[in-house]
Amino acid sequence: MEFPEELKYTPTHEWARREGNRVRVGITCYAQQEISDVVYVELPKPGREAVKGKGLTVVESVKAAFDIYAPVSGPVTAVNQALESEPALVNRDPYGDGWLLEIDLKDPSEWDSLLGASEYQSQCITTH
Amino acid sequence: MSQAAAKRFFIHDLHVKAGARLGAFGEWEVPLYYSSILEEHEAVRTAAGVFDISHMGEFFVTGREARGFLDFLLPRRVNRLVDGKALYAPLLNEKGGIVDDLIVYQIGLEKFLLIVNAGNIEKDFEWIRYYLPTGVTLENVSDQKFLFALQGPRAQEIVEALFHCDFGSLRYYHFLPLKTDWGELFVSRTGYTGEDGFEILGDRPKAGPFWQALFEAGRPFSLRPAGFGARDTLRLEAGMPLYGQDLDDTTSAVEAGLEWAVDFDKQNFVGRERNFREKAAGPSRKLIGFEMAERGIPRHGFTIEKGGRSLGPVTSGGFAPTLKKNIGLGYVPLEESTLGNEFEIIIRGGPVRARVVRFPFYKRNK
Repeated sequence: MEFPEELKYTPTHEWARREGNRVRVGITCYAQQEISDVVYVELPKPGREAVKGKGLTVVESVKAAFDIYAPVSGPVTAVNQALESEPALVNRDPYGDGWLLEIDLKDPSEWDSLLGASEYQSQCITTH
Repeated sequence: MSQAAAKRFFIHDLHVKAGARLGAFGEWEVPLYYSSILEEHEAVRTAAGVFDISHMGEFFVTGREARGFLDFLLPRRVNRLVDGKALYAPLLNEKGGIVDDLIVYQIGLEKFLLIVNAGNIEKDFEWIRYYLPTGVTLENVSDQKFLFALQGPRAQEIVEALFHCDFGSLRYYHFLPLKTDWGELFVSRTGYTGEDGFEILGDRPKAGPFWQALFEAGRPFSLRPAGFGARDTLRLEAGMPLYGQDLDDTTSAVEAGLEWAVDFDKQNFVGRERNFREKAAGPSRKLIGFEMAERGIPRHGFTIEKGGRSLGPVTSGGFAPTLKKNIGLGYVPLEESTLGNEFEIIIRGGPVRARVVRFPFYKRNK
């Protein structure tokens, strides 16, 4: 299982990648494996205000729907349209083509409070 | 209140060894999937999969009056069964609601097997016992049996390789008692997937060796284990109702679209009155199939609305892997049940358009 070093993580299994103030968000490899077979991704409207720790969108597997929580606060600036026709990208390439959306980071201190790769990895091991 | 430990299959360890991801199904802890629900679904549609469904209940009904008794208890013509033939039937209460849906097998004129839903074993047993006349014996053997469902277009080749005999002449809803290396087995041509297949009942101590023998025989035919996740997507595509979701004690057979499983020309059976009346005058609500006309997955418990007015509940819903559509079953007033009628499913607070379609949603090419 992969836990890329350059990413930050949440306890709720989202990853975040930062370029300047743009934060790209997806679900972790661990999460996609747990929920398995993603068949639907709800894409929030660009401009919607994400609030750190609050439900932002939903990923559904064959069995159930899973809330995706915002890792940081700020307006949603982009969503991954490819998921509309190919939700399985979330399973196939969770850190790449299976990204969900981008948020314009308002408060950089929120970024610093996210988990590092090793912290997140140890959480996955203990909860498994 | 302490929670009772979940029941586990007799060959639970074999499932875990095969990679099963476990989940709850009623009181049971069952394999949800082994590799992926979508892959297992596909395997059953194109090759073969086997499900451990030993949670199901089995009753023997025996005695000289057994046949006449079941003919009264069930809305079907049990008294026209022959040895080796089975019937699907709803078990109705006096109000015409559905206590359970089951399969009745005639083993002999005085010996019948009922296979019932796991969650209803105690309820059914009490219900049947209440009506039981003297001279008929009811025996619950659910804890002594295993039941495997081998399903898919290659299922026949697999049972032929396993038992070294021809199954081409075993027709749908017929069964064979077989003396085998794994004790006496009942092999019936039935299933809950919309594919050809067999359900195999045997004595629990033989479950492990038989499961393994099945996989050895099935290897050349790409047989794989399949879990409860795929069982649900397969049965939904095939338009088969699930007790506890699509059927319950308040839904009538006519409402649920099961009038084909009620022999109305029979004068006397439990639950006849309401179903007879609804068949003649039309039920007030009806189970319909629908597909989503916009993005969104309907799920059990969601509400069907039309212009803000509630029509009824979604009783089953989900992504249909073979059809690549989001589909569901639900109850709506009769006047809203016509093909093509549009309404909305409330998904996370918002209305999403859907339309009534014919179900079964999926029918295999025979």
